[in-house]
Amino acid sequence: MKQKLVVIGAGMASGRVLEHLVDQNPDAYDITLFNAEPRGNYNRIMLSPVLSGEKAYADIVTHDDDWYAAHNITCRFGEHVTQIDREAKQVVGQNGAVAYDKLLIATGSAPFIIPVQGKDLPGVITYRDLDDTNAMIAASERGGKAVVIGGGLLGLEAAAGLAERGMDVTVLHLMGHLMERQLDESAGFLLRRDLQKKGVKVICRASTAAILGEAHVEGVMLEDNTGLEADLVVMAVGIRPETRLANDAGLEVARGIEVNAQLQTSDPDIFAVGECVEFDGTLFGLVAPLYDQAKVVAHGLLGQDDAFVVKELSTKLKVTGCDLFSAGDFADGEGREDIVFRDPGRGVYRRLVIEDDILIGAVMYGDTSDSNWFFGLIRDKTDIAEMRDTLIFGPAYQGGTPLDPLAAVAALPRDAEICGCNGICKGQIEDAIAGGAIDLGAVRAVTKASASCGTCTGLVEQVLAVSLGEDFVLPTAQPICGCTSMTHEDVRRMIKSQKLTSMAAVWQECGWTTSCGCHICRPALNFYLLADWPLEYQDDPQSRFVNERKHANIQKDGTFSVVPRMWGGITTPDELRAIADAAEKYAVPTVKVTGGQRIDLLGVRGEDLPGIWADLNAAGMVSGHAYSKGLRTVKTCVGTDHCRFGTQDSTGLGIKLEKELWGSWTPHKLKLAVSGCPRNCAEATCKDIGVVCVDSGYQIGIGGAAGMDVKETELLVQVATEAEVIDVIKAVTQAYRENAKYLDRIYKWMNKVGLDWIKARVVDDLTERAALVDRFELSQSIYRKDPWADHVKRKAETYRPLANLSLEAAE
Amino acid sequence: MSTWIDIAALDDIPLRGARMIKTALGCVAIFRTAGDEVYALDNACPHKGGPLAEGIVHGRAVTCPLHNWVISLETGKVQGADEGQVATYAARVENGRILLDRSFLRARAAA
Repeated sequence: MKQKLVVIGAGMASGRVLEHLVDQNPDAYDITLFNAEPRGNYNRIMLSPVLSGEKAYADIVTHDDDWYAAHNITCRFGEHVTQIDREAKQVVGQNGAVAYDKLLIATGSAPFIIPVQGKDLPGVITYRDLDDTNAMIAASERGGKAVVIGGGLLGLEAAAGLAERGMDVTVLHLMGHLMERQLDESAGFLLRRDLQKKGVKVICRASTAAILGEAHVEGVMLEDNTGLEADLVVMAVGIRPETRLANDAGLEVARGIEVNAQLQTSDPDIFAVGECVEFDGTLFGLVAPLYDQAKVVAHGLLGQDDAFVVKELSTKLKVTGCDLFSAGDFADGEGREDIVFRDPGRGVYRRLVIEDDILIGAVMYGDTSDSNWFFGLIRDKTDIAEMRDTLIFGPAYQGGTPLDPLAAVAALPRDAEICGCNGICKGQIEDAIAGGAIDLGAVRAVTKASASCGTCTGLVEQVLAVSLGEDFVLPTAQPICGCTSMTHEDVRRMIKSQKLTSMAAVWQECGWTTSCGCHICRPALNFYLLADWPLEYQDDPQSRFVNERKHANIQKDGTFSVVPRMWGGITTPDELRAIADAAEKYAVPTVKVTGGQRIDLLGVRGEDLPGIWADLNAAGMVSGHAYSKGLRTVKTCVGTDHCRFGTQDSTGLGIKLEKELWGSWTPHKLKLAVSGCPRNCAEATCKDIGVVCVDSGYQIGIGGAAGMDVKETELLVQVATEAEVIDVIKAVTQAYRENAKYLDRIYKWMNKVGLDWIKARVVDDLTERAALVDRFELSQSIYRKDPWADHVKRKAETYRPLANLSLEAAE
Repeated sequence: MSTWIDIAALDDIPLRGARMIKTALGCVAIFRTAGDEVYALDNACPHKGGPLAEGIVHGRAVTCPLHNWVISLETGKVQGADEGQVATYAARVENGRILLDRSFLRARAAA
């Protein structure tokens, strides 16, 4: 007598099991197939083309009614299974029970629903099956706005499909970049750019607070109180194995239904397959391993030996125009090396991860034509030692001689375009060189080649080198660091002209050779980005030196110094009392008066920082930024308040200046002083910006220093009113922020651009002065706030040790 | 037989960041790279004992905040022209939790 097999769930995995069974031994089992959906097996992977309109449901059906009939499979579609009775060995459906000898659970997965208010409103849907897809298509026919929550594979395919159907789509993604499990930051940046070109808006680091609406969804509210209108909300934040039946039946369930290598559950007569299972701690969401499992299950049901092994997986996104590929493992393990290749012109990014001469991971964006070859190397664990140098260029370059970049440039025809921005061909550059333009600057002046975005600078130099031979000496401009061949000036120009608003964008468009920069370039890029794009760019604490990350100065023994702000150097008995109390409470070993008219508490333990800050905050004091490449102090003398020589209210002006400028980040530290008369007791003439009050007004000097170099300020302008002083100083500070190289103080910047250049902008051109002031104010609207209070409130926990194992024994 | 101690959630450490844990014999720094790998090293630079957990994390390396020595998170070896090595300990991530091999407590006791 035939054995009875009951299958719960008619998805792609169980469908493949059935195919193997009827193929190998059609008479082995009487098969009953339950499916909660009122239809049989279809190719779920192709739901995205159905959504976008490229395919219809009929095109993606895998098993139709005829197929089930031809193989004598009893179909109970549209019927929910309510119970697995292991005692009686029967499965109970809504319409009655059926006995089994062997049972296969293939319940798949359920979409994860984020538990926010409004999640059950009409118009909020998930993206798992044909009904969801049809619901989205129906909603899109009414047009309007769609919000997709989740920037993973499924969410992005839903977003692209809805955009294709004419909806105005915004994707909300909790993490810093899209598809963070499959892509690194650089590839995530390119994907986001391409999606935005298709009209899909993307908001990263977006945490959904609530879904709004009365009778139907009307909008989405984010944690930061941003509100978005929505006629349709698609939740695609992830899936979890559907394990309820297995749980109720008392099978062993962890995150998924636990199975052995034969896909048997803790009950040997019950198998499980697909997205509902957990094997060796791993869950499965892509189709390749599910098909491997299906084969093993079929063999097991037919009494043949087989075992499932977890293999490498690769991912591709099914969105037209977004060409990406990701495979292998980027996590865990030591001794790995990266090879990175970027072609900014074509929007191409490739990153290979190598361990012991074996390729173990690859991320590709923009050009995935070689992805199968790379995936093959990963899967087969091919030794790549021989081709390591040219591996990144793909199979076409293997076996040949290494390329000489100069030979490649020499081989270009005269009409090959070198500078895309200005449409300059190689021939025009050669003509300019023949006409006497024998260095980069001259070629730029004559032809404009490389004068716009600058990415072709290297190419132009190579044309010079090929044309002039040994007469051409490559320029000695220093690149920022080993991660790039570009100078600070090149990169600043790129950030502005190409509107690069994220670190990943700079790495990609400027051809960084490392995956995520280094300690030299990251702080510089972080400053350039926040200075040029205050609204678009979000400050990255992890790219800051510890002092600016922890808002205190690290000392040689790892303790910190704490300096509260004293506006213009003025304090009060209450503030002094609070400082004294804090010094005693936190056992501060050294209390010192600084050169900038502040009090320095030295030797505070890192974990005490939030505590001491909270105490100082409570007394009305804020961070003195004594650690920052930013506004430090405005030093003053007592001026007309007390001094018999004072000509103006130097103390009052100093306080006003400090209240306007505090919190601003600058290329290097920025120290100011205001002296009430030319006797200059506040030492204003050796500050970055110094004001000396005179009877007729205020002399503003810039470019002073008293550090490794001692410099006297040079007179920028004399003005009549305090208001003008404040405007000129804001303008010159902003010009410095926008143009100087990171870690150049004002005097170094002034040596490069010249005092006249600065005067032309902040003194002579009043329109430009006002524009600089406006841009400074815009930035200050974000950065003029107390970081101490913010860290006490949000980050205090991060100052404590992650764990304390002092009492933990070794054994 | 190694036994693993659950230290904290992976998300307690920022991407390209580090946190410090205390033990009876000194501090250990736990690093999280951009690729979500974790590494555990003694929290002291071989140069002047600088707290590595406060450094900038880039690739699989950290730069000491005191004098910019660059240390490999994988080997503990100082990179470039400088010389030296920091002790490293087995660490891994499982289900979003950071696990340290208990032997690091023994290794430190023997050191």
